[in-house]
Amino acid sequence: MSAIPLTPHISDDQPWKLPSKGKVGMYCLIVAESAIFIIFVLAYLFYIGKTTFGPTPAVLEVPIINSIALLSSSITIMLAERALEHGKMKGFSLWWAITIALGSYFLYGTGVEWYKLIHEDGLTISTNLFGTTFYSLVGLHATHVIFGLIGLTLTLIFALTGKLKHEHNEKVQILALYWHFVDAIWIVVFTVVYIIGR
Amino acid sequence: MADSTLPIQGALDITPPAARKHSILEIAHSWITTVDHKKLGILYTVFGIFWLLVGGAEAIAIRIQLAMPNNHFLSPQTYNQFFTMHGTTMVFLVGMTIIFGFANYLVPLMIGARDMAFPRLNAFSFWVTAFGGTLLYYSFLGGSGLYGVGSAPDVGWFAYAPLTARAFSPGHATDYWAISLIVSGIGTVGTAINIVATTVSMRCKGMTLMRMPLFVWLFFVVSALTLITITPLTAAQIMLTIDRYLGGHFFDTQAGGSAVAWMHFFWIFGHPEVYVLILPAFAIANEIIPVFSRKAIFGYPAMAAASVGIAFVSLGVWAHHMFTVGMTSVSNAFFTLSTMLVGIPTGIKIFNWLATMWGGKIRFATPMLFLTAFLFQFLIAGLTGIMLSVSPWDWQLHNSYFVIAHFHYVLVGALVFAIFGGLYYWFPKATGKMLSEKIGKWHFWLFIIGFHLTFDTMHVPGILGMPRSIYTYEPDRGWGPWNLVVSIGGIIQGIATLVFAYNMIVSLRKGEEAGPDPWDAWTLEWTTSSPPPDYNFAIDPVVGSRRPLWDLKHPEDPDWKYEA
Repeated sequence: MSAIPLTPHISDDQPWKLPSKGKVGMYCLIVAESAIFIIFVLAYLFYIGKTTFGPTPAVLEVPIINSIALLSSSITIMLAERALEHGKMKGFSLWWAITIALGSYFLYGTGVEWYKLIHEDGLTISTNLFGTTFYSLVGLHATHVIFGLIGLTLTLIFALTGKLKHEHNEKVQILALYWHFVDAIWIVVFTVVYIIGR
Repeated sequence: MADSTLPIQGALDITPPAARKHSILEIAHSWITTVDHKKLGILYTVFGIFWLLVGGAEAIAIRIQLAMPNNHFLSPQTYNQFFTMHGTTMVFLVGMTIIFGFANYLVPLMIGARDMAFPRLNAFSFWVTAFGGTLLYYSFLGGSGLYGVGSAPDVGWFAYAPLTARAFSPGHATDYWAISLIVSGIGTVGTAINIVATTVSMRCKGMTLMRMPLFVWLFFVVSALTLITITPLTAAQIMLTIDRYLGGHFFDTQAGGSAVAWMHFFWIFGHPEVYVLILPAFAIANEIIPVFSRKAIFGYPAMAAASVGIAFVSLGVWAHHMFTVGMTSVSNAFFTLSTMLVGIPTGIKIFNWLATMWGGKIRFATPMLFLTAFLFQFLIAGLTGIMLSVSPWDWQLHNSYFVIAHFHYVLVGALVFAIFGGLYYWFPKATGKMLSEKIGKWHFWLFIIGFHLTFDTMHVPGILGMPRSIYTYEPDRGWGPWNLVVSIGGIIQGIATLVFAYNMIVSLRKGEEAGPDPWDAWTLEWTTSSPPPDYNFAIDPVVGSRRPLWDLKHPEDPDWKYEA
């Protein structure tokens, strides 16, 4: 569609490039989600040491392997993006599947951790203030991991059925942005809960 | 009136075929399934006006109850429910929806886009918000069980802990409040994401950031602010729901929790929220005042910068709602100073509007009447704000009717007046019919008289020590006559709003034809027909200045010669 210039000093040959709307939208979502996390992190920090009874943060074990799994999934998703950019669909599917596996392992590890906390230490969300803040903050992050995994799994299904093409590159990148955000949040949560909080 | 025979680019040059009569079902289907930003904008606005009438009726009931000492019009419980629902409705269902209705309708038109960045997210956001509002009012039916009729939330719109704990608020009324606000918050954040993405990546060729209409600038700032404002509220509501449903202890002082933490979380949302509500009023003023003064806006870059400045400062003032809660003197001093800082960017804006009007040929059509009233009412509202920002003064007046008068001065005297002006201004664009000027003048004068009777007078019982949220008072306090005047003013405002609703209905059916550009304005939305076609612009517009339509009308003296 050619445009009729309203003004003499603008012509059609000047490039007019704007940022991709999907990326801008995802960045906005990340900003909004960050605000939610900031409030929960502030609540956790504020309530450290204010618990009057019941288990204390001393019962926590540092989930090292778990964190390594989640953080390396950021690298594998980047490799998957690269593969898609170069049009290597097999490589993309492989790295993408590894990302999903690492994310699922993280969720499994969280489940194991919570099982131990509930059944051995008797810490639930209603036990005491520490339980409330711990489960809400870590659980909020886990919820985001689950949402991310749903998105990743759908993408993998599209890739395996051959629906995903090279031109969907940008949409995959937007999903990957979200995944990176979930990982970055884990660094914050890990620091607050397992390093400062203990 | 403008010369509508001007060949306007982007407008239709073919007459559309004669429309056949659509059945009711077809029309309903087209509105319910729409993803068009214009229809959604109208839906948002109509939805907001509907809740405005509901929230206004609640306010009238409150005022009738307070008109006399020892009145028994409402029971204490009902009174609590009514002021809670009035506040919640007016902020979340009226303010937020009408401003986003304006944004939805106008932002794509003003930046020369065909639609929003994410049309389906737009529809989703609207219906989620509508569902949230309905859910809030459903609490009247289902608050304390299936047959607990008349048990809406009664904890105040700020829902301070520990009143919201299970022990003090049994039943489900408070849960309705929390969950409906989480739901409508999702819709609001969706719309905000949409507007930011639209402004950043859907601008037509030549529409650089410094050529965007200030309306779009303001809504860009508002939406960015909404992203980091509504979400803390969502977080706080999640915590409240965890406390109430899962036995959590966030705000349970017995277990080491803190009730003041709720206040902090709530006001971290609550204060930026009032700026989210007032910046759109500035946006409307930025469009209407120049057009009716026949001058370009004075100090465009300063205006844009001041809006961003207001948004930044607003994030650091929340604790001025909590001067009496027992913070340290250092925090009180800090929040006093940061609150006074807001006066600087708002002062810049007010002086720029005055400078725009200075020496202009002012036409006092109804939109301009409303916006002129907006100007000086917003000034007074800001001045009482400066008074309240001084913490010793606030210790005297905290939670008194002085505070109520102050923020109603901002929200009614500035925002509602600007919204009414904006509706008179853009109604012709959305419907193709002018709103009646005669009824409009009646509406304006009734509303401004009622407004000043109510809210000028309301400062006085506040200074005499009348606290907010009390359902009645003894006659020996000397508040009675003042409250009677306030109530009479409130009823006049209600009548004025009904006059406005009548005006809209009558003008929609029998108003005079507007034509594409009834006000002789300068921004892109006036280049299209009224109402605009589904695709907005037949030809993608290309702009070279801040007032593309001015350039088109005055080729001998275009703007781009003066804008560097």
